[in-house]
Amino acid sequence: MIADVTGGAAADAAPAIELRGISKAFGPVQANKDINIRVRKGTIHGIIGENGAGKSTLMSILYGFYRSDSGEVLIDGKPTQITDSLAAIRAGIGMVFQHFKLVENFTVLENVILGAEGGALLQPSKARARKLLTQLADDYELSVDPDAVVEDLNVGHQQRVEILKALYRQANILILDEPTGVLTPAEADHLFRILRGLKEQGKTIILITHKLREIMEVTDEVSVMRRGEMVATVNTADTNPSELAELMVGRKVLLDVQKTPAQPGEVVVSVRNLQVIDRHGVERLRGIDLDVRAGEILGIAGVAGNGQSQLLEVLAGMMPGTGTMTMNGKDMDLSLRRDNARTRREDSIAHVHEDRHRCGLILDFMAWENVAFGYHDRPEYQKNALLMDNAAILEDAKGKIERFDVRPPNPMLTAESFSGGNQQKIVLAREIERNPDLLLVGQPTRGVDIGAIEFIHKRLIELRDQGKAILLVSVELDEILSLSDRIVVMFDGKIMGERDPEQTNAQELGLLMAGVVGDSVTGDAA
Amino acid sequence: MPKWADVLLVPLFSLVIAFAISALVILAIGEDPIRAMELMVTGSLGSTYGWGYTLYYTTNFLLTGLAVSIAFQAKLFNIGGEGQALIGGLGVALVCLFVPWPNWWTAMIGAILASAVFGALWAAIPAYLQARRGSHIVITTIMFNFIAASVLNYMLSHVLRPPASMDPATARFASELRLPRLADVLEPFGIAFSRSGPANVMLFVALAFCVLAYVMMSRTKLGFEIRAFGQSEPAAHYAGISAFRIIMIAMLISGALSGVMAVNSVMGGPQRLVMNAVEGAGFIGIAVALMGRSHPIGIIAPALLFGFLFQGGSELAIETTIPREMIVIIQALVIMFTGALDNLVRQPLEAMFALGRRKS
Repeated sequence: MIADVTGGAAADAAPAIELRGISKAFGPVQANKDINIRVRKGTIHGIIGENGAGKSTLMSILYGFYRSDSGEVLIDGKPTQITDSLAAIRAGIGMVFQHFKLVENFTVLENVILGAEGGALLQPSKARARKLLTQLADDYELSVDPDAVVEDLNVGHQQRVEILKALYRQANILILDEPTGVLTPAEADHLFRILRGLKEQGKTIILITHKLREIMEVTDEVSVMRRGEMVATVNTADTNPSELAELMVGRKVLLDVQKTPAQPGEVVVSVRNLQVIDRHGVERLRGIDLDVRAGEILGIAGVAGNGQSQLLEVLAGMMPGTGTMTMNGKDMDLSLRRDNARTRREDSIAHVHEDRHRCGLILDFMAWENVAFGYHDRPEYQKNALLMDNAAILEDAKGKIERFDVRPPNPMLTAESFSGGNQQKIVLAREIERNPDLLLVGQPTRGVDIGAIEFIHKRLIELRDQGKAILLVSVELDEILSLSDRIVVMFDGKIMGERDPEQTNAQELGLLMAGVVGDSVTGDAA
Repeated sequence: MPKWADVLLVPLFSLVIAFAISALVILAIGEDPIRAMELMVTGSLGSTYGWGYTLYYTTNFLLTGLAVSIAFQAKLFNIGGEGQALIGGLGVALVCLFVPWPNWWTAMIGAILASAVFGALWAAIPAYLQARRGSHIVITTIMFNFIAASVLNYMLSHVLRPPASMDPATARFASELRLPRLADVLEPFGIAFSRSGPANVMLFVALAFCVLAYVMMSRTKLGFEIRAFGQSEPAAHYAGISAFRIIMIAMLISGALSGVMAVNSVMGGPQRLVMNAVEGAGFIGIAVALMGRSHPIGIIAPALLFGFLFQGGSELAIETTIPREMIVIIQALVIMFTGALDNLVRQPLEAMFALGRRKS
């Protein structure tokens, strides 16, 4: 089995990458513990693991960002010292980061040659790069206009530029870190075709992801990491998603959300003709109409950047807009001359911001302070007219941390020191326990490990069952499909249509997300 | 790295390096660095006379350091302490000259209020420009220092100068407005203290402000919001905290504290407002805040250190051929190593602690 995948010569050759006994500690935290892995040449090798399992650390060691405390790296069987990213590039390793490292106002060509100009004059290397780009476009469906400015490209194309950059540097081993987070299903499929093409040409690809579906679809082998250790490496053909999930978490996980049919009540929030023009004069929302009822989850599907973020921020009082919004029958001031995020909280709207690092939490504050954040002016947190009651906040935080199973359950730690999932639980504990009539949730499980995802989904369903309205925005279609009672799809600031999650599927939603309205589209927002 | 090492070892090592380089510079101009150090220590800490000056400067630096710290907690870099203190001094002079105060302590309270209002108003303009127009506060406050100096120059040479005087300064305040010096304060306790040092009751006022600021930052809604805003502006926006309000309030408090510094240097010092009443304390305040990690209690030790440097430096200039400018170099080295080059010391220390832990 192993010998036949790549055929003849390659099979006998040494693995493209072999890591032996790699360990790395950050202070008391052992991020990687005696990692051994062999990535065979010409294969797509998946690495999965929860957040904080040590995947990124391992890849950073491989790319020369960190030095391992012990262990060795072998490239094509030769022990190689990767002291920095230049050494990694020399060893033929290319990396496509989750957050692209592109100069936005440079052209594609300029970005590709940046740092590999090969001389004081730009013209010769530009010409060389242009030739290579055309060739790669033909070989691998990697077509990008070389003269386009990067900021004008959509994310799918920007990602291709990253891949082209690596190939221009003659990478034989390509590492992709969570590459599909920002892509539509169609773009993701295209990426996988590119990856398969590269594999056929003998390139070795390491795919880091938390999406089990992608692992099953595109990889040949998969390695599972858990708490800094490599717990298993298996042939993808011999495994299945639930086995992988179990390996990742170390226990059985329910991948499907258990819920009863919704019992929708009164309309809680109603939005009509909502329009937003951002600071740069770009129209972000173009006439949104929607209602969310008590006791239902309205899911908003869409590729990131199609107005969902603005929708949440306008409803939460963080960004001004025009149109009307009524909450529990009361008119909200969308211009934000009178209203702000604080008054929205007083009107029983809670908001789990999609970017918990930037907005949802203050990373340098301790967990207990974060539990009060945004509600710090509430009477129960005050000792008298002057002083806050820090002891009361701490007590309250302890309870919330316990009920939301935040680990470690220590309110004195800074928010920064928790894992992604536990940070999100702190935010959710703060917002959900306020018992809001409307909960706005953006990307509730982004960067959250599987165990915590299960927990977070359960809490959202519970809140729904208490008769609260939930507006859920997520770029994870699976999440939208499994949690929502109704789904609307947003594209380019508009609602493309509404679907019943029981009667739709990822393909249909994917088309709507790409702005394609087929003939089967009927019905409208209720 | 444990917290105690961060708070104690990092500044300590930085200081040692700064002094070592200073010693080299002193050697280079042909003086004896050990004798220089001895002179500085005895001159500033060796007698109650020296302490009287050291603590006087310390009081200045406590207030300006606190001013910079509060603004910096909101991530506002108030470089304008110098100008705010100058204008604060104008407030002190006006209330001392034109209000018939019955005694020193009512005058002191009046002067504190007036200087706080004057300093706050002077800070309010750059604050407003930052909050509403996005004009960078570093640029505007530094420009306002020059404007303040010009305003004071005009006021002293044209408006407040007694007709008979050639000196650009106000008339001397009434003698009963003289603030009690440390000698007066300590006498009832039977402690003998030199009468010539200008350190006065404002030292206790400054320390009280440190405690008050600490309580405000850690225990009040306002402090919570200032810290939240300083840590993350987007997060503060998410929480419904008004950026305008925080920028204005933090800068008003900062300006007020800078202004109050003038009560010490005008009422406690020469008893009249002179051109250089602030003596660079506004800028030293930045170094004090940097070294004290902008913590209202943490700035006390650096304020004392700079008080020592200031007084010790004057002694050096009197006793040796080492020029006064040398002290500015030493201060600059201390600022550079404790503030700007913090990581120079921190990173090796962190590595050392990491190594130590692995071995144990």
